Amino acid sequence: MGWNGSCVHTGKKIRFCLKTEKGLWVMKHTAIGILGAATLGFMASAASATTLDTVKAKGFIQCGVSTGLAGFSAPDDKGDWQGIDADFCRAVAAAVFGDGTKVKFTPLSAKERFTALQSGEVDILSRNTTWTINRDTALGLNFVGTTYYDGQGFMINAKKLPGVNSALQLSGAAVCVQSGTTTELNLADYFKANKMEYNPVVFEKLEEVNAAYDAGRCDVYTTDQSGLYGIRLTLGSPADHVVLPEIISKEPLGPAVRQGDDQWYHIVKWTYFALLDAEELGITKANVDEMKNSASPEIKRVLGQEADTKIGTDLGVSNDWVVNIVKAVGNYGEMFDRNVGSGSPLKIARGINALWTKGGLQYAPPIR
Amino acid sequence: MASQEVLREESSRASFINDPKVRSLFFQTLVVIVLFGSVWWIVQNVIDNLQRLHIASGFGFLKGRAGFDISDTPIAYTSDSTYGRAIVVGLINTIIVAVAGIITATIIGFVIGIGRLSHNWLIQKICTVYVEVFRNIPPLLVIFFWYSGVLAVLPAPRDSYHLPFGSFLNQRGFYFPRPVWGEGSWLIFVALLVGIAMAWFVARTARQRQMATGQQFPVLWTSVALIVGLPLLAYVLSGFPLSFDLPKQSTFNLTGGFQVKPEFLSLYLALSCYTAAFIAEIVRAGIRGVSKGQTEAAAALGLRSGSILRLVVVPQAMRIVIPPLTSQYLNLTKNSSLAIAIGYPDLTATAGTVLNQTGQAVEGVLIMMIAYLILSLVTSAVMNVVNARMALVER
Repeated sequence: MGWNGSCVHTGKKIRFCLKTEKGLWVMKHTAIGILGAATLGFMASAASATTLDTVKAKGFIQCGVSTGLAGFSAPDDKGDWQGIDADFCRAVAAAVFGDGTKVKFTPLSAKERFTALQSGEVDILSRNTTWTINRDTALGLNFVGTTYYDGQGFMINAKKLPGVNSALQLSGAAVCVQSGTTTELNLADYFKANKMEYNPVVFEKLEEVNAAYDAGRCDVYTTDQSGLYGIRLTLGSPADHVVLPEIISKEPLGPAVRQGDDQWYHIVKWTYFALLDAEELGITKANVDEMKNSASPEIKRVLGQEADTKIGTDLGVSNDWVVNIVKAVGNYGEMFDRNVGSGSPLKIARGINALWTKGGLQYAPPIR
Repeated sequence: MASQEVLREESSRASFINDPKVRSLFFQTLVVIVLFGSVWWIVQNVIDNLQRLHIASGFGFLKGRAGFDISDTPIAYTSDSTYGRAIVVGLINTIIVAVAGIITATIIGFVIGIGRLSHNWLIQKICTVYVEVFRNIPPLLVIFFWYSGVLAVLPAPRDSYHLPFGSFLNQRGFYFPRPVWGEGSWLIFVALLVGIAMAWFVARTARQRQMATGQQFPVLWTSVALIVGLPLLAYVLSGFPLSFDLPKQSTFNLTGGFQVKPEFLSLYLALSCYTAAFIAEIVRAGIRGVSKGQTEAAAALGLRSGSILRLVVVPQAMRIVIPPLTSQYLNLTKNSSLAIAIGYPDLTATAGTVLNQTGQAVEGVLIMMIAYLILSLVTSAVMNVVNARMALVER
């Protein structure tokens, strides 16, 4: 039991919050879906405050992350959250507060994540979540961009299943998958399209899927390919497992915010663009202070060194927001290398996640 | 009586604010207004907030294509079926595990409960340990115990345990041959029905004869002979129409036959074992609640101990047992929602997936709550009927 903001954690999923907003005592009782039902019922008139004001008032950003996916969001041995998704929230905190540490992380299962964002439990959902039209419209979310271009793949235990080297040989297999994901839907589509049978073994939490696959409850593990590489590292004997070559879907993973607050949407979206622009301009964690005195007007403008600049204040943050972001987490390339790329145990190549100038898909509009 | 009349006269003379009738009416009306007002306020808020956040609402989503598969489908279901059907599949899975669990828990519970009253030291202690162990562990841990502790350590499909009658046991579940009914097998079913009907008739006649003459008739063995013998005879006469689909080894799993998955098995075993501990205590209390004089009187009549239990003690104990038993059945049904932890596709799991894929949390939770409410009310209603029949009939 402990205090987290104004909430008392009394158990695994049950949480009582008492807030005074506009003199109204608001009581929240959350448990997976009831979270949405209850908070939507009680949150009444608290809506008029903008997310930025609320965040500034409480002094930190509440960031929804996964329950533990190496490279994206997973606690390290000290309990600090590491990964691209966790760092992205730090970047937003750096833009808002000038301090990348002002983030609190809420681990969410795939099933809990949207309700948590909709009901205001978290301010940003940065949790390897696929951008789809349904989520942008019917779920009332706004995706800000694609921090990682991924695709769904399959992993098998090559030692137990010698001779299987294509996903098309998987007919009749038991497949482990996490419930409430696009993965679950793509899996059904792929096997149906290829006229193959399978036996779904569905769990709610990533750890449960990992444990079931490791124990041999299923033959195949399917999720985003980046995830498969990360999960392979956590298995009993990683060398026994191979990721099959087929990629069966497009999985653009990115952070999302609630609809109806354009200012907050812009801050989060431009934090992402700033990370990309910084990489494109060669601004790194190490040289950001020197770069402030750069001769290039573009770099000076991005770093808020232009005379009478209003770029940052118009966005709702300070003018040196990009400096703060880069000081906190580095540019996009540094973030990638540190968490999933060459500087990490995952060793994933930049591939389509390279900048557009290097043949990849990462492209940001100019900051001017 | 007299004092009440005096009071009433006094109050009618006093101001109508002090009239207890008016007061009680006023406060009851106030409570109703506040209650409905708050409900209306909450509903209105939900609607406003959903619209403000641009979240889709309404129950139209139930007709949409589900797009995901479910591992246990008692009724026909594919990813092309609707969200509504996915929820129904989950509901049926919940009912299956609840009914199977209730039956097993009742049997284990009665055996353990009676065992705790046994004069045999060993039986009594074993039953006590059982009750104390399962009653004091949270049901979720019992489920994990069966799932991770017992079933997960079974061998992989390639090295399955071979059991008698072509059955297999491995970490993917329990496989046994599925009967394939050939032509003319209807005769077997007819014979079975005839056998049951005849057994019932024999039992009735035997009881009437015993009432009239005191002579007993071996009802049990006659019934077994009728219920098993007649279908067997029909099987031979119709030319052996029954064959079996045996489980066979294929690339990944065993195929063919009938598979009971470990998710179902562990949930079913855990709920049965856990609830049985409570039922055992209820049964023990019920038997203890029957006056000792009843047992002594029955013994004085020359009944054997088995007959005393069956004819004198248990029928009276049932009156005490049934009401709390109903609560245990309701608990078991509701505890089945813990299935989500091990991935058994019950109502909570499938409705939860639907909720997540459509994002309609309010509707999804409402459907789940109403479904569990109806299940529980039906269970209570059935148990109330049983209770009414068992209750003491006063003449």
